[in-house]
Amino acid sequence: MNAMSDDKGVVLTEAQKKSRKRRSLAIALVLAFLCVLFYAVTIVKLGPSVMKKGDLPAITVLA
Amino acid sequence: MSLVSEERSARADQLSGFAGVEDYWALLKPRVMSLVVFTGLVGIVRAPGDIHPVIGFVALLCIAIGAGAAGALNMWYDADIDARMDRTRGRPIPAGRVEPGEAMVFGLFLSAASVIILGLMVGMLAGALLAFTIFFYAVVYSMWLKRATPQNIVIGGAAGALPPVIGWASVTGNVSLEPLLLFTLIFIWTPPHFWALALLKKRDYERAGVPMLPNVAGDDETRRQIWLYSLLLAPLGVAPFALGMTGWLYGAVSIALGVLFLVFAWQVYRKREGEPAERAAKHLFAYSILYLFLLFAVLLVEGMAR
Repeated sequence: MNAMSDDKGVVLTEAQKKSRKRRSLAIALVLAFLCVLFYAVTIVKLGPSVMKKGDLPAITVLA
Repeated sequence: MSLVSEERSARADQLSGFAGVEDYWALLKPRVMSLVVFTGLVGIVRAPGDIHPVIGFVALLCIAIGAGAAGALNMWYDADIDARMDRTRGRPIPAGRVEPGEAMVFGLFLSAASVIILGLMVGMLAGALLAFTIFFYAVVYSMWLKRATPQNIVIGGAAGALPPVIGWASVTGNVSLEPLLLFTLIFIWTPPHFWALALLKKRDYERAGVPMLPNVAGDDETRRQIWLYSLLLAPLGVAPFALGMTGWLYGAVSIALGVLFLVFAWQVYRKREGEPAERAAKHLFAYSILYLFLLFAVLLVEGMAR
């Protein structure tokens, strides 16, 4: 159970801390998976040529 | 505040902060999700044209997450019913491990994420169909039909029947006769499947105040309707073959499975008292799952062999 203390705020039990750690780890794993997935979809949608410098549009610098 | 919700809040206070990853996973109704993934995959494989494996994976993932999100919203809204039924009182919300508000936000967030990702990465029609499926299950079925009419699972079955259509639309960007036939197959399969369970869990539904057909119209009328829907289902299962959409393997399997479905449904119709009646309903419920699984498995095999 949560124990309230004026100077310490909400103090979590060991079980609650363990539970929170597991939830945080799960969220981190899901986020990492989404990063990989979005990267892969970007490559699939744009094609491998997105990696080639020569295919990028030329940038004209005006002096 | 009702006694049930008072009990739940007391438990929630004790358990607050203890929700594990497995509780959030349970909110997604993983068993329902697995059937949805399977039928969605059949829609993708059967559709003409190619889809990049990564995009196909994203489509399946979004269909799965969208179905799970609808399940979480259903559990949030039905927490009071779930707490009164033996079959569902161990779910995360009635058991007090997850707060109702958390489940609602979890469901809404996953709904939005799955629809947006499917729409942007796979196709707008697929995204729109997934949004409609979630809305139909969470709002039309859970919030309205379930507590209002014994036809709840008949109309609500549309939500469970849409995944193969979404899978098909993910590949082609449109919808044609074959996915609509698969939709109709699941739609007509749903009533005999759920009413077989409702015959077994009648007291549970009565306690929860859910107007399932056996509670409203009686067991005999339920058995009659199970039989009528089974008479529709058996030929409908063969229809993809009859219309030239599948090969001989599907034709032979669907005829055999359809005849067996009729045998099980007839047993339910004929045996009306005591232990034999209960056993017949149990057998039909279990067989109905196998029936749909095998039909779609053959569709998948034939689709992959093309």
